Formats: sequence, C-alpha cells, structure tokens
Amino acid sequence: MLAQITYAIPFLIPGLLVTLEVSVITVVIATAIGVLLGVGLIYGPAPLRWVIRGFSDIIRGIPILVLLFFVYYGLPLTGLNLQPFAAAVLGLIVFKVAQVIENVRGAIGSIPKGQMDAAKSIGLPFPERLAYVIAPQALRRFLPPWLNGVTDAVKGSALISLLGVGDLMFDIQKVVGRTYSPLTLYCFGAFLYFLINYALSLGSRALERRFSYIRD
Amino acid sequence: MAPFSPTATPPLLRIADLRKSYGQTRVLHGVDLDVARGEVVTIIGPSGSGKTTLLRCVNFLETYDQGSIAIDGREVGYRDGAARKLRSERDLARMRAETGMVFQSFNLFPHLTAAQNIMLGLTKVRRMGSAEARAKALHWLARVGLADKADRLPSELSGGQQQRVGIARAVAMEPKILLLDEITSALDPELVGEVLDVVLSLAADGMTMLVVTHEIGFARDASHRIVFMADGVVNAEGPPAEIFGPDQTSERLRGFLARFSRAHRL
Repeated sequence: MLAQITYAIPFLIPGLLVTLEVSVITVVIATAIGVLLGVGLIYGPAPLRWVIRGFSDIIRGIPILVLLFFVYYGLPLTGLNLQPFAAAVLGLIVFKVAQVIENVRGAIGSIPKGQMDAAKSIGLPFPERLAYVIAPQALRRFLPPWLNGVTDAVKGSALISLLGVGDLMFDIQKVVGRTYSPLTLYCFGAFLYFLINYALSLGSRALERRFSYIRD
Repeated sequence: MAPFSPTATPPLLRIADLRKSYGQTRVLHGVDLDVARGEVVTIIGPSGSGKTTLLRCVNFLETYDQGSIAIDGREVGYRDGAARKLRSERDLARMRAETGMVFQSFNLFPHLTAAQNIMLGLTKVRRMGSAEARAKALHWLARVGLADKADRLPSELSGGQQQRVGIARAVAMEPKILLLDEITSALDPELVGEVLDVVLSLAADGMTMLVVTHEIGFARDASHRIVFMADGVVNAEGPPAEIFGPDQTSERLRGFLARFSRAHRL
C-alpha cells in the first residue's frame, strides 16, 4: 500500500498545485467582490439590495456542480466560450461570492445599531464610519466563518476535474486508472484534501480565540 | 440652579412644528421648542411621548417629515427652502459634528481605548494631529475623573466610567449643544451620581444642553427649564419651580408627577 502511495505522489503533485491555485484565485477574487456586494446588501439603496439578495439566494440554492456545468456547457450558447480552467474558476467564484456576501452580512449585522449612531453623532461621514468603526468590529466576526468557508471552495474545487481541469482529483483518477488501486488512492486523496482543510479550520479556531477577548 | 436670563440673541436651537411618523404611528405631532445659548433644558414625560425621537432628530439620527430644526439658523438635515432636499453625506456629517450626543447604552467603540474613542472624532473630523488629539482626550478624561483609564478598553470599565467616557467623547468635539439621551437609565443606581456630577459641572461651565431623563430630581436641580412632553407634543414647559409648583395647570403633568413620586417613593 505504501508502495502504491509513493508511486502515486509524483503524479499527484501537479494536480495538487492546480487545486491550490484554483482555490487561492477563487477565494481572493470572490472575497473582494463578496465584501463589496455584502456592504451593498446592507447599506445600498433598495433596488441594489434586492438584486444582491436575489443573487445570493439563488446561487446558494444551486449545487456547485450545476453551476460549473452551466458556466462550461451553458454559457457557450450565449456566445461566451470559456476554457475549462477559466470556466471552473468562474463557477467557483460565483459560488464563493454568495457565501462571502452572507459572511459580511452576518458580521456587520451583529454589530449593535448604536455603533453607527455614535459614529454619526461625532460627525464621521459614511466611508469613515465604515472604515474606523464598523470594519474593525466586523472583521473579527467575519474572519472565522470566512476562513471556515474557504474549505468549501477547496472541497468544491474537486468537481472541476469533471470539466477536464487537471486538479488533484483529476490526477488521482488518472493514477487509479493505471494502478487499479482505488481504495488506497482515494483514501490518500481524501487525506490530502483533509490536510488542507484541517489547517484552515485550525486557523479559523485560532482567530476565534484571538478575538474572543473583546467583549461588547 | 440659578434662573436663566436669556440674552437678546436668537436661540441656538430652534425646533418648529416638528412632525414625524413611523408608518401609521405618529410620534411627534408638531413640537415647538427653543433652546438659548448656555441654557440647560430637560425633557421629561412618559415613555412613548417622543422625547428620545426628538433628541435623535436634532442630531439627525432620524429623519423627520415636517417642520424644521435649526442650529444657529442652519437647518439640520435638509437644505434650506421648502424643497426639503436631504443634505449631502459630507454636509450631514458636518452638521452632526455641531451637536454632541450621549447615549443611554453608551455606544463606546469597543475596539478602541477610552482615549482613542475620544480621539477618533478629533483626528478624522476635526483633522487634529494625533499628539494634539491625545492631549485633548487626556484633558477631557481627567475632567470626567478618568485620567488613569485612558488606555483601557470599554470592556474594562464600569458602566458609570463608560458613560463618562461617552460624555468626554461628545464634549471634546466642542459641540454647540450637547444632547443627553437618558444617559443614566442603563446604570446601576450607585453609579448614577458620578455621571450626573459630570453633567452638572458641564452645565456650570455654560454648556448648552438638551437632556432627556427619568431622573426627576436631577431635572429639578440642574435645569433652567423643564419641558413636559406627552403624546408627541410639548404639553407644559417652564422653570422647575413652576413645573413642580402647586399652581401647575397641566392635569397631564400633575398626573405624571404624582405617578412618578409614588413609584419612586419620593
């Protein structure tokens, strides 16, 4: 069994790197967009709020796989023909943006309303209220669930092998095809995914502990 | 407190025919109220009479539907004229900086120390350098008896201490008028005194104040004028001696005070 694993490792490394690459790109872009939309969902004018609310509800109600197939097989019919990698990243970003929107909503929503009142009363304009009063408080409530949610992006990325992207899952299947040892290799693959995600949840827990000393 | 002798200057705060509803519920039904420079006016009245809403309108934490609020002749919240166009965000912020507000629930910024709570407005709104702002914050903390707590987080302070920081934060901005919204209601009884002492010392310095309170004794001792609100209008107003005097004509006010003294065994 150990021999099977040591044989497989060199073939899995490129896929592992692709999985990490896709995850990082997805999380970075989705976080930037999701934070903006999340702020829009809370403080934006009503029509903007409705659009963002609708987007988030719809996306969170769709399985990631459906989202990925829609982007890869559906969008070409509208003239947008994406390469597998781009389609995969786009699908995952859309999925992740919806999650980040909810992380932001939860974080800002948990701040007592009096904080905004107090920030207004000393004469801070909206951007400054956000930057100096709301954001620092929201950040510590945002980070733990957000980091926890990054694991969803990593796990969800296993599905992009179905679009033919050479990620970790894709490479595992290739090696399984050659060696006929699915039990060992899927276990080892699961272990690799677990390692990445366990590190993330340890980080999330550490952040929670770090911020817990601030009471309201 | 010594009777207040208003000067001939126009009032600092002029509220005229202020009206506001939340949906079907009318909260303010045409409130008229002037506050002169240096005057301490206390608003008392039953819950739901619109006291707090009135105060929040003055700081434009609430919009209002009709009427006007002017500080030093400048309309709060809306641009002058009948069009009632909302002021720009920057303009609203500038107007709000003219009024200081202290809240029932303190609303200190929990991620900032006592000194930083005070410095935020000084550096970001008044554009002071941080050394100058810190000196000023320390001055006001000393003034409210908290010189040794400058670098403590709000969570490390008692309720009374937090509220004194809240007062220092508002006063350090040098507002034209200080709005106090039931600032002792959330405090344990033994902590009320230390907060009211600070307010009294500010009044003695000539700070203009509009105070909403349930501390009737404090209202009597600290105000130049008391306003009794009921059902969203000013029902009675006058100097404390008149409000609490035997010749008070408002049935509503006499009933309120009688219920109040029964409840508080005064």
